[in-house]
Amino acid sequence: MAASGIVLVGFLFAHAAGNLKIFIGNEDFDHYAHWLRTIGTPLLPDVWFLWIMRIGLLVAIFAHIWSATVLTVRAKKARPVKYAHRPKVQGSYAARTMRWGGVIVLLFIIYHILDLTTHTLNPVKDSANPHANVIGDFAPERWYVTAFYAISVIAVGLHLRHGIFSAARTLGQQTAKGQRRAQAIALVLSVLLVVAYLSVPFAVTVGLVK
Amino acid sequence: MNIKVRVWRQSSASSSGKMVSYDVKDISPDASFLEMIDVLNETLILSGDDPIAFDHDCREGICGACSMVINGVAHGPEKATTTCQLHMRHFSDGDVIDVEPWRAAAFPVIKDLIVDRGAFDQIIQAGGYISAPTGTAPDAHAAPVPKKDADAAFEAATCIGCGACVAACPNGSSMLFTAAKITHLGLMPQGQPERNSRVIDMLQAQDDAGFGGCTNMGECAEVCPKGIPLSLIGRLNSDYRKALSKS
Repeated sequence: MAASGIVLVGFLFAHAAGNLKIFIGNEDFDHYAHWLRTIGTPLLPDVWFLWIMRIGLLVAIFAHIWSATVLTVRAKKARPVKYAHRPKVQGSYAARTMRWGGVIVLLFIIYHILDLTTHTLNPVKDSANPHANVIGDFAPERWYVTAFYAISVIAVGLHLRHGIFSAARTLGQQTAKGQRRAQAIALVLSVLLVVAYLSVPFAVTVGLVK
Repeated sequence: MNIKVRVWRQSSASSSGKMVSYDVKDISPDASFLEMIDVLNETLILSGDDPIAFDHDCREGICGACSMVINGVAHGPEKATTTCQLHMRHFSDGDVIDVEPWRAAAFPVIKDLIVDRGAFDQIIQAGGYISAPTGTAPDAHAAPVPKKDADAAFEAATCIGCGACVAACPNGSSMLFTAAKITHLGLMPQGQPERNSRVIDMLQAQDDAGFGGCTNMGECAEVCPKGIPLSLIGRLNSDYRKALSKS
């Protein structure tokens, strides 16, 4: 869970940095989006680097889901008789919601790819001008799309709040002071990512980015 | 004070159980939780019923025998407190209190609130020991131990093996228990010869016994009556990684 999770968190930061380019200008954003398809050229043919990255991410996602499934199946087997009385949360809310949160995040990723990568569900479907797809997507009258993105991004944030700390612990973080530090870093990184990801849809919805 | 308790009643390991309600009247707020059940059991015996079976021994918070999930929390609502040291003054008159046994596949119910914690013995047998030459006791300070390590080892050694960590863990994992033993022995010079095999063997025994996997949720440390810190699990993970690279 930790190793595959770290790969995915690394991707999230790179993705967030790319998104924020829309605040520099629509042309910069489009230029960045097209550049993603040409990284590695002329050493590699067009789009190869992008596909290598995509395959790497798919492997990480598969490993992450597979580990989570093994842990979930083991957990169910380890407690065949449930408690009649069970308070919801004692430790961490984020830790308790990892499994359902993860499923929500997966459904969101599928929607997000159909929306802004394949454009199947996008209202604009303009491959030459990626910024137009984003702006069409989060138009004020499509507020429900923006709301769905917001909920999903917050789910990602909660997932990372526990996930980043838990990865540090799995990899051997072992002091009480280090635990406070790892939890603080997990919180800061999660908040940074949520803010970065929410800034674009909200900026489009309120008309800051046109 | 007058309360109502709903207790898990199960006549044997093979029979199915259910929650049964009992009214308990005129209990002193200064009675311990176990004393409250003693009083209830006296009335059950006088009325010809089977008394509630529960584990208890020292009744001073050091043996780890008492094992009850009270209102969904292992050892009840007080932090760092065993059930025997929990007093009725922490409840209110008229409360309905649910009492259940530890719930884990590795801890099957024997009767009512008593579970078989033999799975912990299997984990200990797999590696919870040191090899020491027999003979006269070694000289004091023959093997110097840094104060910091001695304190940390002692903190881990306060684990009484009650199993509350397993009872509280949403995954039914015994990671905090195993981590306490790994830390307690691994910090001492006497524990070094078996340090690598210990962590591998104890984790294997833990998996074989049917405990779940740890996802660092932290529920265990919340209920631990001895306040074993969650960070010890990181020490176990670190030891495990090092042991795997050397094996």
